[in-house]
Amino acid sequence: MLLGFLVVIALAVVRLRNLFAAVMLTGIYSLHAALLFISLDAVDVAFTEAAVGAGISTVLMLATLGLVGREESRPRGRGWLPLTVVLVTGGALVFATLDMPRFGDPNAPVHTHVAPRYIQDSPNETGVPNMVTSVLASYRGYDTLGETVVILTAGIGVLLLLGGRRRDSDEDEGPR
Amino acid sequence: MSHHIVLRVVAKLLIPLILLFALYVQFHGDFGPGGGFQAGVIFAAALILYALVFGLDSARRVISPDLLRVLMASGVLLYGGVGVASLLLGGHFLDYSVLASDPVAGQHLGILLVELGVGITVTSTMLSLFYGFAGRGGDG
Repeated sequence: MLLGFLVVIALAVVRLRNLFAAVMLTGIYSLHAALLFISLDAVDVAFTEAAVGAGISTVLMLATLGLVGREESRPRGRGWLPLTVVLVTGGALVFATLDMPRFGDPNAPVHTHVAPRYIQDSPNETGVPNMVTSVLASYRGYDTLGETVVILTAGIGVLLLLGGRRRDSDEDEGPR
Repeated sequence: MSHHIVLRVVAKLLIPLILLFALYVQFHGDFGPGGGFQAGVIFAAALILYALVFGLDSARRVISPDLLRVLMASGVLLYGGVGVASLLLGGHFLDYSVLASDPVAGQHLGILLVELGVGITVTSTMLSLFYGFAGRGGDG
């Protein structure tokens, strides 16, 4: 049901020429994805999806629309090559899911590797009831450090591109 | 923007609540869903709401872009600093057990500090992204 909604919204986003409506629909898409994650019991992920996907990125895309205008220009050509690439990639991904264990299968590799150890030992070792937090911050601390550095790098990149040189132009209200 | 009286009143009511919720998510992330990343995004969302309703310039007066740049780096520094501190105390990098006399308390302290670092970096990065985009198009 939710997946069906996701597909419908995605198609609508592709069809729409009005970028404002498309941005709004991507926000709704993120909210639906968050609902989907909740129904999979991944509350932390749903939280992030709702806050980032539906909140911040919508605002950022709206701010971008303020710069580029709200109507999409007519596409040139039919774009058979992109369609082929998308179909082949999608087909490969669907083919790959055929090999995956069934959802919730207790014998799946992901449930037999390190997960039992985390589930049994992490409350005693870290004293943190939320296992997601203990795995993220402690057992996988390196990864999270890397992610934080990635965010910092992305921020620095955007600042370099969009320029922080507005501080001295407070009087003359900038380039426009 | 000065004539949107309903918007301003509602935003004034909402923003402290959102900020409080962000702090709750930040420091309660050990017990419930949430953590530094989510809390940072929510905190930034509250400040972005402030910037949208009250104008970009008053938001810049609350938190200046220069301060944000310092905060962006200091969050990562806090994270890495915890790792170096555990190195200096004789453990592995990012091994929080040596941070306190009791390993469990050390883990708790380490996770709290690390999540705080993530939160600071995420908040300031998101906010400076918004400043960057909104600052280009004249008045945000």
